[in-house]
Parts: sequence; structure tokens; C-alpha cells
Amino acid sequence: MVQQLGHLPMGWLLLALLAMLASGGFFVGRVQAERFNGAAGSVRVHSRPNYHGYYVAMWTFVPALVVALAYAMLGDGIVRSLLAGELPANFQNMPSVELDVYLDSIARAAFDHGYGGADRVFSAIANRFLELQGMVKASAIALALASAACGFFLARRKVAPGFRARNRVEGGIELFLFLCAAIAIATTVGIVASLLYESLRFFSEIPFWDFLFGTRWNAQTSAEFGALPLFYGTFMIALIAMLIAAPVGLFAAIYLSEYAGPTVRAWVKPVLEVLAGIPTVVYGFFALLVVAPAIRAVAVWINMTLMSAGITAEPLLAAQPTSALAAGLVMGIMVIPFVSSLSDDVINAVPQTLRDAAYAMGATKSETVKHVVLPAALPGIIASLLLAVSRAIGETMIVVMAAGQRARISPDPTADLTTITVQIVSLLTGETEFDSPKTLSAFALGLVLFVITLFFNLIALRVVQKYREKYD
Amino acid sequence: METTITESRETLTAGTSMDETQGLTYPRIECKNINVSYGDKQAIFDISLPIPDRSVTALIGPSGCGKSTFLRCLNRMNDTIESCKVTGEIIMDGENINDPDIDPVLLRSRVGMVFQKPNPFPKSIFDNIAYGPRIHGLAETREDLDEMVEKSLRRAGLWEEVKDRLSSPGNSLSGGQQQRLCIARAIAVRPEVILMDEPCSALDPVATARIEELIDELRKRYCIVIVTHSMQQAARVSQRTAFFHLGELVEMGETDQIFTNPRERRTEDYITGRFG
Repeated sequence: MVQQLGHLPMGWLLLALLAMLASGGFFVGRVQAERFNGAAGSVRVHSRPNYHGYYVAMWTFVPALVVALAYAMLGDGIVRSLLAGELPANFQNMPSVELDVYLDSIARAAFDHGYGGADRVFSAIANRFLELQGMVKASAIALALASAACGFFLARRKVAPGFRARNRVEGGIELFLFLCAAIAIATTVGIVASLLYESLRFFSEIPFWDFLFGTRWNAQTSAEFGALPLFYGTFMIALIAMLIAAPVGLFAAIYLSEYAGPTVRAWVKPVLEVLAGIPTVVYGFFALLVVAPAIRAVAVWINMTLMSAGITAEPLLAAQPTSALAAGLVMGIMVIPFVSSLSDDVINAVPQTLRDAAYAMGATKSETVKHVVLPAALPGIIASLLLAVSRAIGETMIVVMAAGQRARISPDPTADLTTITVQIVSLLTGETEFDSPKTLSAFALGLVLFVITLFFNLIALRVVQKYREKYD
Repeated sequence: METTITESRETLTAGTSMDETQGLTYPRIECKNINVSYGDKQAIFDISLPIPDRSVTALIGPSGCGKSTFLRCLNRMNDTIESCKVTGEIIMDGENINDPDIDPVLLRSRVGMVFQKPNPFPKSIFDNIAYGPRIHGLAETREDLDEMVEKSLRRAGLWEEVKDRLSSPGNSLSGGQQQRLCIARAIAVRPEVILMDEPCSALDPVATARIEELIDELRKRYCIVIVTHSMQQAARVSQRTAFFHLGELVEMGETDQIFTNPRERRTEDYITGRFG
């Protein structure tokens, strides 16, 4: 019997139970509230019956939900530790890893409706496992019901004409919304904490300053962790990208918001935003297969021309098959919509009365844009550029495919460079063990990347905030 | 076209002193059969209206009667609205300003405008005033420009209040000061006509009184057209009043006559507060 309980589908069961409890609580609360509502013309009722219903449902549902969540998180662990405690002495001396593996196979066997093999010890343990699981499941359900009943009766006793059920429900909704926001924040904090923890382990082996300012990076083969060439590559490519994206995106935004008629705008703006929807891996092979060979061909031609003209004796440009320029150019095209879309928004937010004032003084369109609209929108435009920069720095796929693997500091844009993101990818793919400085260095790089993009985003947000204060 | 406009400005400046001494007025702008429509919706029906020089003409009427739309015809600001279509003749200095050959940019330098809400540029007080002279090349030297800024601010009655902080941003002034800054900015381009679109509707009574004094002062030099919702204001500042209703011009005449002895029943109903 207890073993049968072990097979209970707890997920569905708890879900149905919670739904039943909640709707039951709602109806009881509502009916009870309706009674005094209909009976008395003399008593003034604070909340409508529905709110009393919600209130009782809330107090029935939430305690049961807490129990259900606790079971979902801890149930398995409790069964296992109970079983481990009952095991014979020779099991107690096993290393914990082996014990875990053994218990895994027990759980699997128990889940497949019993063990049919010859090992009688194993079979006995599997049966005991099912028994224990049944007990835990049954007690979880009992506990959920009991706590729901407690909540239900406590809440029901509150239902009265003067009870402010509506305000209490409002408070409950607020708490729920707060918890949702807290999940996002907690996740961020968790990620940052794990980045920090692993980075600290890395820095306990490699000195911080050697990492930050060392010029030799060779994490794959020998233990050289000077990340400066990676930072250089990252910024070089981001710079090339911004040299494309900043003017093109800004001018596109000016055209869209100031010059384009409504029909042109209705077409061009969505098309520009499609650019943002193209998967970055598609940009990546565009960079690798189209742009990089073209740049190489041009670089080779420049080298030949210069050499045949006798200006240089050796090839001036590296002319590699993958290059910083290729990755940067394509990345620039990728971030154009980020710049144009955000800039377009801030330019549109410039009050029409300012434009009217300039036109009314006999300014032309471009004079108005240059002297009035752009200065007014400048903080927002700067913010959009900063967001684009942090996007370009964090971009991975394009540089993995088109920038190269060689860590070096070279001013030549046709040379191949490598970036922080490229190195993180190559450090963490394939066979890895988590204790070596090699893999830990990926976390340190990730931390640096996080700090840089956070920095840019913070500045951008600050600038946008100041701008809002001024115009609202 | 540019030469005509420059010439006409010069003849006007030459004529100014003479007229000032004699106190003459003559129709500065002659509007004939103006129709305006936004897409399919007609906003103004066949309005003809002479606007005298050196005086204030007030346009009154209930909301949506087309008075602001009409005002915006006078410097072709309606050009900036895509769906807006204006027909009819507006004769100014012998030229029809609705003629496609007329450059609206140059026209607007002759017809200044002040808006409902004070809208200083996000620049310093000085640069707000200097903006117009700069884009139109009115000042040869830095001294010229300084002088022009001072003169405009003085005419707008703002000089004493801001002379020590010309480099602080225009937005830092109070609402009434901002509106006078906008008037000074319009004057700085040396317009002949100044259009005002409910210039006091965002201001408190004290600031309103200052602007009204200023309008009375400016009327000695400029042709002023003001749109207002306040009938008291129209009575106080204007010499001539035109009453608009549902896109039509109901009545126009001397302000005293309109307010004391209107010819039309609708005018009387409106100014006595029976509708609108």
C-alpha cells in the first residue's frame, strides 16, 4: 500500500489540489459575504463579496502552495537521506560520490515499477525506497491539506461586513508582483556572485595585475594569462563597429524622424528593425564568407600596389583571411538598428514646439535639426550610442566566426585579432575540468566583460534619466 | 525673389520713422478668400481680412473655430503639416505669399511668431536671441550681435532682469520671462509682422499683464496679430478684432465697436458668454 503511494504523480496531484482549494475557498468566502450583504440593509459592507472570496482563496491557496514548492525542492533529498540512514554499515563507509550513483540506480529501478533482477539486496533497497517515497508524498499532501485548512479557517473567520478584504487582496497582489521582480534580481545577483566566486579562485592562482596588464595570452597551451590583447581586440572591433553604426544610425534616425513622410516612415522603420532581428550567426557567416575575403583581396591589392610603386619593401598590411575589419564592419551593420531606433525615439520626443519656433524664425530643416533638435536630443543620442557600444562589446557570434583566435596587439585592421568573448567560447567548449586556471580564466574574462558593459549601461541610463527630467 | 524681399525690408525700414511720426496705419496684409483644409476636413471657409499695420488685430472665437489655423497661414507654418492645404491670396508688400515661388523660409524671417507655450531653445539666453541673426547673417561682427541681442531684450522688457546672466540656459527663466524671451527672439530677426498664438494662456495674471504691456509697446513698430481666448485681453490690447466661428469670419471691426455694439447676433452671444 505504502509502496503504491510511491508511484503517485505528485506534480498533477498537487496542481489539481491547489486549484480545487483555491476555487473552494473563493466560493465559500463569496457565499458567506453575500449572506450578510443580502440580509442587512442596516450594516454598511466594506468590500464586495468577490473580494471576500479572493481573500479566503488566497489564504487557502498560498500555504498549500508553499508546502508544494517545498516538496518539489526538498522531497527527493529527504527520501534519499532517510534511505541512506537505514542502509547497512558497509554502505555507510562508501565514498559519497559512489553512494549517489548507487542511489540514482535505485531510484531509476523503483521508478520503473520495481526491480526484476537477481540482486536481492538491491531489490530490497528499491522496495524500501518506494515505501519511503510513498510516505513522504503522502505526508506532503497531508501537510498541504492541513495548512490549507488552517489558512481557510483563519481567513473565513475574518469575513465580516467591516472587514477590508479589498485592501488585503490588493496587498496580496502587490506581494506577488514584488516576488516576480525579486526573482529577476535574485537571478542577476546569483550570476554575479558565481562569476565573482570563480574569478576569485582564478585570481588566487594568477595575480590580478598580471591578468589585467599582461600582454601575452596563451591559455590553451601554456599558462599565459595576460588579457591585454583580448581587451585591445575587443575595443578595436567595437570601435570599427561604432565608426560605421554611429553616423549611419544617427543619420538614418534624423531622416526617419525629420524628413521622411508618413508612408516612407511606415516602410523604412520596420525594415530597419528587421536588421535587429537577423540572428547574429547569420551575420557571422556573412562576415566570414563575404566580407573577410573581400577585405583580404583589397589588402593584398594595396600591398602589391605599394610594393610595385616602390614605397614599401615588404607587405604593409597583414591581409589575413579573418580580420578585425571584417568583424567590425559587419558588427557595425548589426548595431545600426540599435542606434537608429533609440535615436529616432529621442528625436521624436523633442517637443514639436521647439521645431515650430525654429521654423517660425526662418530656419531651414537642416538648420533646425542641427541647432535645435540635435542639441535637445543629444543626451538621448549619447545614451543610444553607449548602449550600442555595450552591445558591440558583448557580441560573440560574429567575432567567433570572423575575427580570429590570435591574441595580439596590432594597429593593422586587416590582421586577425581575438576578443574577450571569443576566448570565453574557446575556453569553455570541448573537454573541460573546472579546477584548472584555464577554465577559471573564462570566468575572470566574463567578469571583466560584465563590468565593462554594466559601466556603459549605467552611464547610458543616467544620461537618459537626466534627459527625461528636463523634458517631461 | 530674394532681392525683392530685401528691398522691401529696406523700404519699410526707411518708411518706419515717417509713419511713426504721422501715426498712419494702412493695410499691411490683405487676405483674400482663404480656404484651409486638413485632408478632407475643411477648417477655414473663404475668409477675407485686411490686417492694418502698427496696430494689434485680435482673432477671437471658440476653440476649433480656425483662428490659430488662420494665423499660421500668415507665415506659412501650415506648410510643415503634411495634409494641410491652403488656397487664396495673402498679399503682403504687393506679393502673394501663397505663391509657390515665395520661399517660406525667407517669409518667416519677415513674419515672426510667438507660441502658446513658451518654447526657448535648449541654449543660453544669449544664444536664444542670437540664433535668428546668426542663421540670417544679420550681424557682421560680434559687437553687432551683442548690440542686437541687447536691443531685442530691451524691447521685450527683459534686459534688466537677465543682463547679468546671459549665459545661463533659457529654460532657467520663469514662465513669463521665457515668453518674453521668445518675443525678444522673434524681434531679433527684425520682422515686420509678429504673430502671437495665445501667448498668455500658460501664464499667471501678473506675467500676463507684463506681456500685454509689452504688446502695447510693440504695436508702435510692428503689425501684430494675436489669437486669444480671453475676451478681456482682446479688449485690452487690440485695436481691431475679428470674430471667428466654425471656420468662418463672422464679424470684424474696431475693437470698441465689436465689444460694445456688435452687428452680428452670434458675436454678441459669444462676447456676452452665451456660448463658447
